[in-house]
Amino acid sequence: MTNRERREALEFYLGISPWLIGLVCFTGGPILASLAISFTQWRLLSPPKWLGIQNYIDMFQDEGTRVSLGNTLFYTGLSVPLGLVTSLFVALLLNQRARGSTLFRTLFYLPTITSGVAMALLWLWLLNPEFGLINLALGLIGIKGPAWLQDPDWAKPALVLMSLWTIGTSMVIFLAGLQGMPQHLYDAAKIDGANQFREFWHVTIPMLTPTIFFVMVTSIIASFQTFTNVYVMTEGGPGWSTLMYGLYLYNNAFEYLRMGFASAMAWGLFLVILALTILQLLGARRWVYYEGGIRGRI
Amino acid sequence: MSTLQLSGGSIPRLIRLFGIYLLLLFGAVLFTAPFLWMLSTSLKTPELVFTHPPQFIPNPVQFRNYMDGWQRLPFTRFTLNTVIITSHNAIMDTLVSAIVGFSFARLRAPGKDYLFVLVLATMMVPYEVTRVPLYILFSRLGWVNTLLPLMIPTWFGWPFFIFLLRQFFTTIPFDLDDAARMDGCHSFRIFVQILIPLSKPALAAVAIFSFVSNWNDFQGPLIYLSDLNQYTLALGLRMMQGGRFIFIHQVMAVSIVSVLPLLLIFFSAQRYFIRGVTLSGIKA
Repeated sequence: MTNRERREALEFYLGISPWLIGLVCFTGGPILASLAISFTQWRLLSPPKWLGIQNYIDMFQDEGTRVSLGNTLFYTGLSVPLGLVTSLFVALLLNQRARGSTLFRTLFYLPTITSGVAMALLWLWLLNPEFGLINLALGLIGIKGPAWLQDPDWAKPALVLMSLWTIGTSMVIFLAGLQGMPQHLYDAAKIDGANQFREFWHVTIPMLTPTIFFVMVTSIIASFQTFTNVYVMTEGGPGWSTLMYGLYLYNNAFEYLRMGFASAMAWGLFLVILALTILQLLGARRWVYYEGGIRGRI
Repeated sequence: MSTLQLSGGSIPRLIRLFGIYLLLLFGAVLFTAPFLWMLSTSLKTPELVFTHPPQFIPNPVQFRNYMDGWQRLPFTRFTLNTVIITSHNAIMDTLVSAIVGFSFARLRAPGKDYLFVLVLATMMVPYEVTRVPLYILFSRLGWVNTLLPLMIPTWFGWPFFIFLLRQFFTTIPFDLDDAARMDGCHSFRIFVQILIPLSKPALAAVAIFSFVSNWNDFQGPLIYLSDLNQYTLALGLRMMQGGRFIFIHQVMAVSIVSVLPLLLIFFSAQRYFIRGVTLSGIKA
């Protein structure tokens, strides 16, 4: 190592030192601590008691975990595919480069940026069975709207409806994907006499597959972490109908003070995310090969 | 570049354009209607809020709701707390993540690749995992019911921002560094004088990302803050709910005020924001 190389390495470690400290104190350390806590019973007031894998076994027998997992899967199963289709459709429309499409993009993105407690309160009001905008609008076309968040059968669909309002992130990612499409593929398709539908189905969709995959995985992860909306709007009710995994985890940790059980739940979530991410990486690898095959060396 | 191009003459093109506008307008109405409804409710008298059929344009207009709602709780204090947290975090997130991202992107050192894998690995860990241990840590430190747990962690960079900026820094030609190094520049000067000026859009994207996510953060403040004087806007708004709809006109008024800074930032720096989202998507 020359002097200059040594100096550069020193500067590197100096540069990343905040992150290294953070890794020990605020990420890596707590991750290991969380794993350890998940094997104990710990209610904060008394010292932790070693339980082995009991929390993980309890998780599968616990009614709350089962219900919250079921609710989360139901919510994910509806909101992710619907969100994908809606955001892709909007992105396709915006990609037509009609005049003023930037303004439209802004409008469609707005709800995403304001998402938070204010928007949860707004939707609580929109979904009001008697005076809310949604049932008023349904009334105009002769449909008597359901009681939404007050009806155990309609509470989850109401949350799905709300999720379709905040598709801005997926939309922007799709738009970027569409704008990066190589034009020559469309030219080739046209020469082969493909109509618009075939062009969309045989060029756009295959080329967009990695993006769709990415958006799908990140949306699933986000929907497993749903918290603010349900906490503010329903607190999991009515009954347990909107008790989501993220909410139940929070309740265990900070309402019931079951730190060990909550940590086991967090690791369960982590494993789901890990599996999805690995799936996503494998998909991405396939994609690189695929596009490389067309473009040659990148 | 367009995806659904028609090679036909001008009449089908016009029809197509008309169809696109029609769909876009329809979507825009659906997406903005909740905001307009919010605005309309916030300006109504309580009697007007609960009338059938509803009045979309309130008459009379009652601006008082904004003052009355604001005074129901110490919202000025909440705003101040929120501004302190978000501006501090936006600055620190950008600064620290930039320095760390720069080191990963532009400096050579043994072990660097392994450490970068760690950055990527910690990006995958959901915050739920570290929530409990961090809560215990911060309560041992006596930080609970102060703003510290919501601010101090940003001093150490956030893996996602580090990754984002590192990716951006690697796209800037390395010849610049080499030339500067030849002239005897040390790394910090390269960072400040070459990379920062060339990376303003990416840095702005990170700052805005950080600002928006901290402004909207709810669970963090919910866990750590219990004294009304420390509350953020998100917690204050949540108190307004209280299961009662009688004050809904005031609730909507305060909610509008609370998202106003987000709208201002978004409209003035939309370009950077969209760019940031795009950058984060490209990692796929």
